Amino acid sequence: MSTLHAHTVLIVAAILFVLGLAGVLTRKNIIFMLLSIEIMLNAAGLAFVAAGSRWQQPDGQVMYLFILAMAAAEVSVALALVLQIQHQHKTLDVEELKELKD
Amino acid sequence: MQHYLYLIPALPLLGFLVLSMAGKRLSRNLIAGIGAGSICVSALIALITSASFLQSPPATGAYRQVLWHWFVTGHLSADVSLRMDALSLVFICIITFIGALIHIYSIAFMREDRDYARFFASMNLFVCAMLTLVMADNLVLMYLGWEGVGLCSYLLIGFWYETPANYRAANKAFVITRIGDTAMIIGLFLLFKELGTLYIPDILAKAPQQFSSGAHTITLIALLLLSGGIGKSAQLPLQTWLPDAMAGPSPVSALIHAATMVTAGVYLIARMHTLFELSPIAMQVTAIIGAVTLFIAGCSAMVQTDIKRILAYSTISQIGYMFLALGVGAWSAAIFHFFTHAFFKALLFLAAGAVIETLHHEHDIFKMGGLRKKMPVIFYTFTIGAAALAALPLVTAGFFSKDQILWYAWSANGGHPVLWALALMGAFITAFYSTRLILVVFWGEMKTTPGHLPGNAMTIPLVILAFFSVAVGWIEWPHNIMHVSLFSELVQQALPTTIMKGDLPHEIVFQFIAVVVSLLGIYTGYVLYYGQSELLMRWKQSDGLMNVRHFLYKGWKFDQLYDMLLVRPFMFITGINKSDVSDKLYTAIANANLYLNRIFSVSQNGSLRWYVTGVLIGILFIITLQLLL
Amino acid sequence: MSLVFYISSFIAILSTIMVITRYQPIHALLYLVVSFLALAVTFLSLGAPFAAALQVIVYAGAIVVLFIFVVMMLNLGKQTAQQEKEWLQLRAWLGPSILSLVLLAEMAVLLLQDDPTGMPAAVVTPKQVSLSLYGEYIIAVELVGFLLMTGIVGAAHIGKHKKKSLHRFLQTYPNLN
Repeated sequence: MSTLHAHTVLIVAAILFVLGLAGVLTRKNIIFMLLSIEIMLNAAGLAFVAAGSRWQQPDGQVMYLFILAMAAAEVSVALALVLQIQHQHKTLDVEELKELKD
Repeated sequence: MQHYLYLIPALPLLGFLVLSMAGKRLSRNLIAGIGAGSICVSALIALITSASFLQSPPATGAYRQVLWHWFVTGHLSADVSLRMDALSLVFICIITFIGALIHIYSIAFMREDRDYARFFASMNLFVCAMLTLVMADNLVLMYLGWEGVGLCSYLLIGFWYETPANYRAANKAFVITRIGDTAMIIGLFLLFKELGTLYIPDILAKAPQQFSSGAHTITLIALLLLSGGIGKSAQLPLQTWLPDAMAGPSPVSALIHAATMVTAGVYLIARMHTLFELSPIAMQVTAIIGAVTLFIAGCSAMVQTDIKRILAYSTISQIGYMFLALGVGAWSAAIFHFFTHAFFKALLFLAAGAVIETLHHEHDIFKMGGLRKKMPVIFYTFTIGAAALAALPLVTAGFFSKDQILWYAWSANGGHPVLWALALMGAFITAFYSTRLILVVFWGEMKTTPGHLPGNAMTIPLVILAFFSVAVGWIEWPHNIMHVSLFSELVQQALPTTIMKGDLPHEIVFQFIAVVVSLLGIYTGYVLYYGQSELLMRWKQSDGLMNVRHFLYKGWKFDQLYDMLLVRPFMFITGINKSDVSDKLYTAIANANLYLNRIFSVSQNGSLRWYVTGVLIGILFIITLQLLL
Repeated sequence: MSLVFYISSFIAILSTIMVITRYQPIHALLYLVVSFLALAVTFLSLGAPFAAALQVIVYAGAIVVLFIFVVMMLNLGKQTAQQEKEWLQLRAWLGPSILSLVLLAEMAVLLLQDDPTGMPAAVVTPKQVSLSLYGEYIIAVELVGFLLMTGIVGAAHIGKHKKKSLHRFLQTYPNLN
């Protein structure tokens, strides 16, 4: 194996991102949608780390750290919401939750 | 005394402020004290000031007091400054003196009313505005007073606003006088454009240098100012509001719609006499309007049955005399008639108010009758007032002033036999309906039992006014009879003397004719209305005469005419434009937006995955664009 | 190190595919852990040991554990799996897959437009990261602290079991949506 190209890493990040996106789009269960969102955030983090590594700067990892914190906060709120939704609507089907309709 | 000039309008204003702010918390006695007291003190100051003015007339011919600069814009600077010359003096005295009497009368008259404080507050504000009008030394401040009296008139006509007819009458008065006011303010704009000043002495001094006699501009200005006066003074063709304005309380009718406000037009024309003298056309129009109005309103007054409407038409008619006098150039005669008219017409209205009040708000004279014995004070005072109105020779004030006008209608420079004939017919009619009023109300059998009789607070002002209705005539005698002309000497300090035509017949002939005509009018009234007149019965059978009577009763159907000519076409246009043709474009835009909103709001279906797909397609769109471009 | 990268990223992609295709939530979660760990190795191979450690601790440790708690609390079992099976038909897959692939293709095209550049093999040390974090990014760190705080408060508030099942406005006007 020769040297690693930056493109390769970014393509991997893109593939992971698209997979997460496909998961968000196809799954109807909120839990699965949240999992897919975690994958997408992770892919974005990979892209940042790769960029930081490419330029030998710490900023990429700092950004990854922020994404991490954001993901943690998001997951905690989202899971609390999931609990409430299950409690009140007795379903996790996202198609059933249309109260915000115009 | 000059330094206390400002107190004359300031005291009523103070009364208004106190009453309007604290009126709800004050006792009735205190309200009456403040309301009437402020005017009485103001009247006292006015009388003292007048006395000092008469004793030692100032060199400039006027007291002047500049209070403060109101505003300055461009070349126009308006001061709040007061001026009292001989003309204003007459008006100030009338306004404060009669105003004070009417306020005292109102204390008793309005005693039972719920809105005691509101009544006195409005009356005080009116007096303040009216004094501002006549004391202003520039036309801007005068216009403020002019609109102020219009406002107070509106407020007081609609004083009992719970009755729909009353606030309709108030609206009518406001809207119709607004027509005149608009013309007047245009006139003021033109005047300012031409002369560059609205300071009254400057205008009077500059106008003869600026304009040649009969120039188009000055004619236009004079006619526009005349329109303002016509609106306020209820002259043809804007006279229709005054009979309806009787919806207000009787003291209001006495003060505003008989003695003071409606003569504001007379004041305006007299004040701007130089402009009118420069425009013979405007003078002729004024005279013709006055003559026609006095005749038309007199005819209507003959057939009315509502006591206050009779007096209202009679007021229009008497102001018509003043306009006629102004139009022929008999300035002092017009002001003298205003002077006497204010006394006897205020007296008549107050007495009528007392009658109405005693008869449980009965307005129809044919339901009155036989009150002569029951209420003697009212009867005598009312009779004196009616006699003055009918111009009973030598003993009443009305005779002296009206006789002058009749004489000048022929003999003055602008006079004409037709004007004289109309005025003479008016005199006959006036004498006739005055007699009719007295006979129907006070003679015959009693048809309504009187209630509580008016007390001293109401009768004393009546007696005072009755005294003046007789006495004020004696300060100005026809000069061929006696050389007493105190009034015209005073007024001619501010107004020009009347220019007479050449080779005239003897004045005594005209006086004799006038006397005969008014006595004839009284006699006719006596024949027709004393007891059961057969002639009157026969007339009532005739359809043609009854149609004429109905036509006159409706005020020559002016209301219907205006309704047909103006109101209906206007309503028709507004009916077409109900949905706002010009707004169609804007509503179309709004509707298009609403339509788009409805289309796009379909996309807000609440489905999370739908939104994510939307975001994705958006991203794809942007990236594709970037790739392609 | 590039071999490590290829292997780990291959595992990451594979396990991610497994995550989004599982019917059982708990299976999906286990594949997610694998995916996260594989990514941690990828980070290591890219010379970012600090990120790799955090990936293991926070993502694979804390976040996935949270998910597991919730799945267990909601008692999602065979019934859910059956439901998921019904939902995940080809029809549901096709459209999103095509769209996602188009996105991937476009991103690839954009990435491959430039000449490839090599990745240096050097490591960005945790010391460098922490100096940067508490130096130039101090404000951002504080803001992230706020964010986490609000996350905690929000989660605590939302997660509370309330007796009322509807918002008070919705209760008064039930048809106001």
